[in-house]
Amino acid sequence: MSSKVLIVAEHADGRLNPAIAKCMRCARTLPDAQVSVAVLAADGGAVAAQAAALEGVAEVLRVDHPANAHPIASILAPQVAQLAPPFTHVLGPTTTFGKDLMPRVAALLDVPQISDIMAVVNARCFRRPIYAANAIATVEVAADTKIVATVRTASFEAVAAAATPAAVRAVSTTAQLPTYTRFVSVSAPHADRPDLQSARRIISGGRGLGSADNFALLYRVADKLGAAVGASRAAVDAGYVRNELQVGQTGKIVAPELYIAVGISGAIQHLTGIKDARTIVAINKDGEAPIFEVADIGLVGDLFEILPELERLLAARQARAQ
Amino acid sequence: MKRILVGIKRVADSSTRVRVKPDGSGVALDGVKMSINPFDEIALEEALRIKERGAADEVVVASVGAADWQQQLRTALAMGADRALLVQSDAPLESLDVARILLQLVKREQPFAVILGKQAIDDDNSQTGPMLAALWERPQATFASKIELREGTAVVTREVDAGLEVLEVELPAVFTTDLRLNEPRYVKLPNILQAKKKPLEVLTLASLGIGPRARVKLVRVEPPPVRSKGIAVKTAAELVEALQKRGVI
Repeated sequence: MSSKVLIVAEHADGRLNPAIAKCMRCARTLPDAQVSVAVLAADGGAVAAQAAALEGVAEVLRVDHPANAHPIASILAPQVAQLAPPFTHVLGPTTTFGKDLMPRVAALLDVPQISDIMAVVNARCFRRPIYAANAIATVEVAADTKIVATVRTASFEAVAAAATPAAVRAVSTTAQLPTYTRFVSVSAPHADRPDLQSARRIISGGRGLGSADNFALLYRVADKLGAAVGASRAAVDAGYVRNELQVGQTGKIVAPELYIAVGISGAIQHLTGIKDARTIVAINKDGEAPIFEVADIGLVGDLFEILPELERLLAARQARAQ
Repeated sequence: MKRILVGIKRVADSSTRVRVKPDGSGVALDGVKMSINPFDEIALEEALRIKERGAADEVVVASVGAADWQQQLRTALAMGADRALLVQSDAPLESLDVARILLQLVKREQPFAVILGKQAIDDDNSQTGPMLAALWERPQATFASKIELREGTAVVTREVDAGLEVLEVELPAVFTTDLRLNEPRYVKLPNILQAKKKPLEVLTLASLGIGPRARVKLVRVEPPPVRSKGIAVKTAAELVEALQKRGVI
């Protein structure tokens, strides 16, 4: 049995979200997969070209419609549902975009959804985290049921670029698009720093930082490392940083090569968000903090002494390399 | 009657550390403290605040679960909900079936807003809200951190990956809650006693005309892989050296 897979592209400002290259890896692990990517946009030319350039994409379906200018689930879902019939699998990323859209698609298709696929066992059987990834469930979808799922992007490496780009086909749907949801605004992305979910290195701060101003210490080390900056829920709740920096079960799940947790005790819901990091470093004054149970390298001490020292050492190292 | 419907799920308390059963059939819940799913508690708090502002007349809480879920519905009544509905099902149901059941309750109760948690902290599925909105053919505003009711619409701030998004949705609509929407109140003892007198209606799946379909089989549950034990360093210099040795800087 071959798998005919449709991936719903997430994009903003004409850029394909890096999560889609990871969904593509998941799709390609399905048996005998033939993968299409759907780009729903007001003018999807640039995004379609980026999707077509991903290794393994057979075809890009470009659905241009003025109503698709913003990713509104109630507007996108009926269009995706109408594209779905030829496909055995319809996938989206486990991001706020995918978590908003895919269950709505599944309900329109009257099929269940598999959330947060971390591994493919076979075409109908998947592994996924439950209880904040304190347990891993293997689930199997009944035969003759279309599979709608979200993909845990932290569990899959991005695919490479294709040697030759796939064809882009313009399609239109006859789906009825509701007008009961209006987009008002979205806060501008902060382009000055690497994005948390695609960053190779992340340094995160917790309540131990003590104030919003003290996060400057963290930013300075981040600059030396070329790292993204994250935060624990406690730091966000305390108002030290913006909410979109939150890493954890209810924030962002990240999978960098290097994750440095500074002044973070390591609540279960935070650890859930960082389990897929290759190397975890913990810096905390409390040697008994749970973060040390998962850390590959632990440093017990005062972060207000360690961070400036770390910044100085990294700067010196950079100077030597030049 | 301006009514808000709130969904309540009973889950293992967020402070408990769950263990996988040795036979891999699931997670051991015997003797584990059970609570209202934290996001559902936020949903209820929001509904109560809307009512207290005079923008709603009644808050109805609903669960789809086993008989012992009444305990959490009583807690919800003690928090301030006016009525509770339990659609009794001993077997766990898939989100789409829960959404189908909620749709029947929506038809019965005619709420102008349904507020649900963005996810349950047991299965972490994050599906029911958008599924209900799809079946109901109404707008959804998921991951809400602010809900502002206007005449016939709601302006909702959503916590999305990029930051904060603002949508305006026509009512009725489905809302799902994020952490920073509010801080739920504590239940006071007199309210617990009062809650015993509030109506709690038990319904059967059959009375709603719903047959669960069970199309996703749980094959097994395993503990997550354990990370190998790490090393301890004493200074920032040792840390930099260890990072270099691992090739990560």
